Amino acid sequence: MEEYEIIIGLEVHVELLTDSKMFCGCSTKFGAPPNSHICPVCAGFPGVLPVINRKAVELALKTATAFNCKISPFSRFARKHYFYPDLPKNYQISQYEEPLAIEGVLLVDNRNIRIRRIHLEEDAGKLIHPEDSRSFSLVDLNRSGVPLIEIVTEPDVRSASEAEKFLAILKRILEYLEVSDCNMEEGSLRCDANISVRRYGDTNFGVKTEIKNMNSFRAVRKALEYEARRQIACLKEGRTLRQETRLWNENLQITEEMRRKEEAQDYRYFPEPDLPPLIFDNKIIEEINLKVGELPFQRKGRFIKEYNLSDYDAEVLTSKKDIADYFESCVEKGGKPKIVANWIMGDLTALLKAKKKDIGHSPVSPEYLVQIISMIEDGKITGVVAKMVLQECFNTGISPEKIVSERDLLQIEDGETINNIVEETITENADAVQDYKNGKEQALSFLIGQIMRKTKGKANPAVVRNKLQEYLNKKR
Amino acid sequence: MEKNNLIKKEDVEYLANLARISLTEDEKEDLVKELGKIIEYVSQLSKVETKVTTGDISITNVFREDKVKNSTNTEEMISGAPDKEDNFFKVPRII
Repeated sequence: MEEYEIIIGLEVHVELLTDSKMFCGCSTKFGAPPNSHICPVCAGFPGVLPVINRKAVELALKTATAFNCKISPFSRFARKHYFYPDLPKNYQISQYEEPLAIEGVLLVDNRNIRIRRIHLEEDAGKLIHPEDSRSFSLVDLNRSGVPLIEIVTEPDVRSASEAEKFLAILKRILEYLEVSDCNMEEGSLRCDANISVRRYGDTNFGVKTEIKNMNSFRAVRKALEYEARRQIACLKEGRTLRQETRLWNENLQITEEMRRKEEAQDYRYFPEPDLPPLIFDNKIIEEINLKVGELPFQRKGRFIKEYNLSDYDAEVLTSKKDIADYFESCVEKGGKPKIVANWIMGDLTALLKAKKKDIGHSPVSPEYLVQIISMIEDGKITGVVAKMVLQECFNTGISPEKIVSERDLLQIEDGETINNIVEETITENADAVQDYKNGKEQALSFLIGQIMRKTKGKANPAVVRNKLQEYLNKKR
Repeated sequence: MEKNNLIKKEDVEYLANLARISLTEDEKEDLVKELGKIIEYVSQLSKVETKVTTGDISITNVFREDKVKNSTNTEEMISGAPDKEDNFFKVPRII
């Protein structure tokens, strides 16, 4: 296998996070009853006119900027003609000779994967083929007209796992820029791949196949691994490959030949006469640059440098824009970076997950989280109490300082008070004391636990431990 | 330019196939002539001196804001369909 080089190019379709469709005001919301989000425009009725969604163009421009593309000063929509029941107009409004952006690049593990083009288009409807019927299909046009961008790479990807990594990075950027939710199950990110193999040293490309129907990043990797093996085996047996489209069969874990068309596709592209062209001057491009701002990988690098965070912490904190924003807001308000990071990644994330909320809608604001952290640092509350206060604040939205003062949660550090509790606990737990004297170290943790329970977590654990040990050793 | 050699019979057959229509031999003959005439007529345009080659660009960047409007009632939308079932358009099976 090693004597063959694998050549892969990817085509990614991404549904944009707009509220309304590309050319009409119908909702893009997923999962609505069939044909409830359609109108004469997206259902292709005669006599209607499309109007471009400004947000869709902005999101496409942001993506182009993030992938270092050249934004075309002049771009235009084109009609792509084909007959299929999910395409009500019998043409898709897409872009052809004048795409929105060209010649970008995305860095994947220190290798540049060039982006050939990014263009805007509309999605098609959905076909349902009832199991029980051989004679008809059902058409739902809710998805028809949902804004899409298509991102096409040059044939620069050199392995199936590199393709998977490319997609993971692409997804992270698109989520971070809030361009798309990239939900593969709901079809908001779809990937096709072109793959060929050649002997190392060859400069010409081999015969390529196009692989479709891959429903996860893992499926992309599996399908490309399989297809590379198949092509290499074929060539080794001296057979010739056919340029064709193959479908990934998830159940059998193989690619299968699609029914072949008798002649080449002829889409008869021509400029869309119903839509005026798009012109972007330097001023607009500058504005988009500003809107894109810092990308997740740049921000991660800065977090490591500026806040002295580990690679892992910085990665998690910059996985989503609102997490990174929340973190920086806490640090701005005086939280120590590493401590803030631990609280966000630990208890806060757990609470958010349980309530299915994202951090942007956290009832514990950055200000409140910093209050909790400061109270620990100032010795006002213990770590155990802090966790309780966080939960309380999360559930009620009441400020941590108020919770602590109203519910009498201040830390007990006073030696006299702790002495009394220690004595009391020792009297009540003679067995554990005996265990400790017999050398069972765990008995100490048990006794500390008892004391913390008595004080509802308010006793300073370090003081408790000292006092307890002092007491036990004296009695030994 | 000699008459009618702009369109051949194979071209008509190819176009008919793309348009999903079937033609009789007579119809093909007629169309070879008629389409040829149309092409010849339109090809006069290529003799005209033109500066702008990309079409009219006096209007550009026309957008609407990303606001959801009420969609049309489902029943009304599918009422004109040749066949329907449970709020779906119904079409001959294609796979």
